[in-house]
Amino acid sequence: MLDYMRSNRREVIAGIVLIVLLSTYLGTHPRGASTYVVTIWANQAMILGLAAAAQFFAVVVRGIDLSVGAVMALTNTLASHLLDVSAIGIGFGILAVIGAGLLCGLLNGLLVVYGRIQPIVVTLATASVFVGLALLLRPTPGGAVNYDLADAMTLDVLGMPSALIITLVLVFGFWFPFRRTGLGLGLYALGSSEQAAYQSGINVTFVRLAAFALAGLFGGLAGLFYSFVTTTGDAGIAANFTLNSIAAVVLGGVLLRGGVGSLVGALAGAFILKTIASLMFFSGIPSLAQPLFEGLILAAAIAIGGADVLRVRNKLEVFGR
Amino acid sequence: MIATFKNTVTLDSLMPYFGAVLLIITGSFFFPQIMSADYLLQQLQIAAVLGLLATGATIVILLGHIDLSVPWVLTGAAILSTALVGSGNPALGAIAIPAALAFGALIGVINGVGVAILRIPSMVWTLAVNSMLLGLAVLNTGGFNPKGESSELMIGLASGKLLGVPISFLVWMAVAFALAVFLTRTPFGRYLRSIGFNEKATFLSGVSTPSVIFFAFAIAGMCSALGGVMLAGYANQAYQSMGDPFLLPTIAAVVVGGTSILGGRGTLFGTIGGALFITLLTSILSVMQMSDAWRNIIFGLVILSMLLFQTLRKGASR
Repeated sequence: MLDYMRSNRREVIAGIVLIVLLSTYLGTHPRGASTYVVTIWANQAMILGLAAAAQFFAVVVRGIDLSVGAVMALTNTLASHLLDVSAIGIGFGILAVIGAGLLCGLLNGLLVVYGRIQPIVVTLATASVFVGLALLLRPTPGGAVNYDLADAMTLDVLGMPSALIITLVLVFGFWFPFRRTGLGLGLYALGSSEQAAYQSGINVTFVRLAAFALAGLFGGLAGLFYSFVTTTGDAGIAANFTLNSIAAVVLGGVLLRGGVGSLVGALAGAFILKTIASLMFFSGIPSLAQPLFEGLILAAAIAIGGADVLRVRNKLEVFGR
Repeated sequence: MIATFKNTVTLDSLMPYFGAVLLIITGSFFFPQIMSADYLLQQLQIAAVLGLLATGATIVILLGHIDLSVPWVLTGAAILSTALVGSGNPALGAIAIPAALAFGALIGVINGVGVAILRIPSMVWTLAVNSMLLGLAVLNTGGFNPKGESSELMIGLASGKLLGVPISFLVWMAVAFALAVFLTRTPFGRYLRSIGFNEKATFLSGVSTPSVIFFAFAIAGMCSALGGVMLAGYANQAYQSMGDPFLLPTIAAVVVGGTSILGGRGTLFGTIGGALFITLLTSILSVMQMSDAWRNIIFGLVILSMLLFQTLRKGASR
């Protein structure tokens, strides 16, 4: 246990920050730690959590995905068309929505790998295309999602919010096993040093493609979950989620230079970011001052993350970061 | 002189100019009015704001960093300058533009401190600075459109004409030319590019890298602020989120102009072409009365194909 904490220092710190913030939030909330309050909090955090997971897969291979929000907008609008039908249709609908996310990610990956364009620029351009497609599907917000399904995914099971159950399944059912596969290790190898990864026989082309495809897949999942929470389609959600997903992964201890961090950290970062926003709402700070405080806390949290710079023994070390 | 010319006018930096000409010619088949001097001069005027922002962004990107605080530096400068003019005090009104520029430089230095001293990735730190500025603006204006107005000077700067040429375009060209000279003729420009290539090596060769980074971000902040003053003069007011639609086109303009997003390689000459190209593209798409959806799709596809063309050309010449 101690060893785990030592080798995952960043996730542990993010986890502690999250617990402190969350208990403050539940402590100050007028309705206390009821299932209702926790469910709403978990739903909001989960949307950003999935977006941060998407961003994590791009960042860990030393890339970045500025199209996370756009993929969410596209899959959200798609879901608002496909998920308002009977049970059989919904099964195909969900597959189609997730598949659309995967395809978007794959397209990004192909352009990065074979077009040899920097990820930040590729995803900037594809984001515009995806938002355009989303606008074609839903020029104005509207549409609907099957309410029974949406309720099942966003309410609670025996007092445990569905969103938290999904998070646990994601971490224990997907991430921990995945981390040990060849592809999981390959992501870190590629992010740490492409040359070393290549020379140790890792198929860097495949790993990078897979990373961007996974980013698209999770962007699709984020869009799908967003549809369950809001039960409508809205093409205008892109910009906000993209920038917040970057802030979330950084708060969760994922380094933008690649190779460091984990999906757990990214999720924790997203939950921290949403908790700060919810905390503001009930904090008694005048509502006009809240955006400023949110910005200050974000900046402070990031600056503390950068405090490692004080520990370097040799001034040259800072340049490697 | 010829060597400088060769360094400035690379094939990559000429690409957006070819693109712009191609756009005008193709567009004029469908809409002959695009060929008119009126329309083209108007495009130069509109391009000035994007051009100024992209000029500042080029400096930061050459350094190997990125400035995502552009939207709210722009909005902040616009709010500050219109509030000073709107206060009715002529002395305050007179310092509106210098105050806005000082504000831009100050935010630039704050950006620089986070990036150079705290070593926070610029993409995250400038994002945090952006959200703090947003918070300050909301607190200051109460979430409504800020009161205030633009001075004669600001309006002249934005929509005035000198011998038929928009003043905003001339200002943009003057700023870009001054910075281009600065980049090519002073040690600062050389340090800037060498940090973009390899910061460690630059530091080891005795350059005070933090001060170069401060200075670069300060220049970028002032460019954004000047863009804000100009936009406020154009609209005769400041409004919330006036800078948000500019962030991504600014980066696109720099990249289309052949500047490497990794830093070290690129020219302001290319960026000017990039800003003109993006402005023309947006304008022609709206002249054609495309829906928002198709405008986004075509915008993205055109940028992608220009970038693909750049790498294809390099692959072929290797």
